[in-house]
Amino acid sequence: MTRKLNLRIWRGDSTDGGLKDVVVDVNEGEVVLDVIHRVQATQMGDLAVRWNCKAGKCGSCSMEINGKPRLACMTQVASFDEEETITVTPLRAFPIIKDLVTDVSFNYKKAMEIPAYEHPAELAPGEARMEQIDVERSQEFRKCIECFLCQNTCHVIRDHEENKKSFAGPRFFIRIAELDMHPLDRLKNRKRTAQEEHGLGMCNITKCCTEVCPEHIKITDNAIIPMKERVVDIKYDPARMFSGLLRREKRD
Amino acid sequence: MSGVFSPTRAKIKERTLRTDKWWIEPAITFGVLFSFVIYATFRAFEGANYFTEPLISPFYSPCLSEACVEGSKLFGWAPVSAQVLGFALSPALIILIFPLGFRMTCYYYRKAYYRAFWLSPPACAVAEPHTKYTGETRAPLILQNAHRWFFYAGLVFNVFLTYDAVLAFRNEHGQWGHMSVGTLVLIASSSLLWFYSLSCHTCRHTVGGRLKHFSKHPLRYKLWTTVSALNTKHQQFAWFSLAAVAFADIYVRQVSTGAWTNFYFF
Repeated sequence: MTRKLNLRIWRGDSTDGGLKDVVVDVNEGEVVLDVIHRVQATQMGDLAVRWNCKAGKCGSCSMEINGKPRLACMTQVASFDEEETITVTPLRAFPIIKDLVTDVSFNYKKAMEIPAYEHPAELAPGEARMEQIDVERSQEFRKCIECFLCQNTCHVIRDHEENKKSFAGPRFFIRIAELDMHPLDRLKNRKRTAQEEHGLGMCNITKCCTEVCPEHIKITDNAIIPMKERVVDIKYDPARMFSGLLRREKRD
Repeated sequence: MSGVFSPTRAKIKERTLRTDKWWIEPAITFGVLFSFVIYATFRAFEGANYFTEPLISPFYSPCLSEACVEGSKLFGWAPVSAQVLGFALSPALIILIFPLGFRMTCYYYRKAYYRAFWLSPPACAVAEPHTKYTGETRAPLILQNAHRWFFYAGLVFNVFLTYDAVLAFRNEHGQWGHMSVGTLVLIASSSLLWFYSLSCHTCRHTVGGRLKHFSKHPLRYKLWTTVSALNTKHQQFAWFSLAAVAFADIYVRQVSTGAWTNFYFF
């Protein structure tokens, strides 16, 4: 069944912009991205929108729908009241390029700053073996589709542009956690650099990253807080201070 | 202009475009926590009506001051003078720093009060009012890293409060084999405190979370799995245990003042 939907779309670029009202047809079962495509096809031919898989797996169509960071391809129009006007804006933590497209290159720069996995020197490629229970723990973090909704909603950079230089953000804290929990990773000081270079201490664990994650990764509980606890192990644990072990990261 | 109003970002004048009632949760959190703080402060300074055989308020246990009323002292032990630096100190003020510190540094409560009291942020995708933010990287918030030590202290307190619940299986004459409503109140309070402590993120880390090889430590892995399951309910345990402790104190106070009668089942 087709009905009319009131939509407000932010249009503009880095110089100016604003919300434009449109009325568009919507069919049963459609998602917000379908509607945006219909607007693009029928009313706003030059509307810029980034998308790819339409299946919630590529992370391209991240935007803000009624103020909430979401994937447009996974947001059912039927989840809103029929009379409700749906407002669609670009991600508000990143520089605008055009309409619904933002420049997310900040995230790629941060990705390059995270030291890669370091394989044990004594193990040749193909010789490494891991138990399933060790694999499972970090498997959760591998579900990340890099939609950057967590980065976008994190108030540390969303509300404080100046923090971008010193804060990697939740997406990269799960990367650091994944590597630090990896039984074979040999890189030392991952915890210390997480705190001192990647800004783990700036996170005040308000869990917005977890709330918006479309893959339902428990970013805060399973990555950020465990990393904060690991930092406490090496930097703030009085027992270690007393025993003179502060400067030695324990390996187990 | 910073944050969502930075010059490079999409020019949207609203601080948030959320249309749901995002302010309800922080408002309720603020109301409940603020009420608890007011009540707890009043009770901590009251210094009276915290003990009536066989019940002791969790706000005053263990009672370690010479000022503690007869029968309320832990094994009759009173290592702290009734007066400190010339001031008469309520016995609660000597010990409350430990449970208070445990809750203040708790990872769940941090989320709750950063949102509700400090509005940092008030809700997800709602711009915060602060112009500068350094998180938990410097004093005083860097002290949040002391959570682990309050956790250990909290475990010791749980032992004392469980002991209080066991003592509540006596009647007002000190005879064993009795049970009253007050017994149930103290059992509920101490049990929920155990659940709150054992579901804590620090507990999860300590029992096994810090390991890189679960497969080399099967027992600790099992413990970690159990605590992880509890940890998913940590928020609920935080609220329920807070309510239970407050109610236990109210109950003891009311019985102590004679306003309520402690009904005995047997």
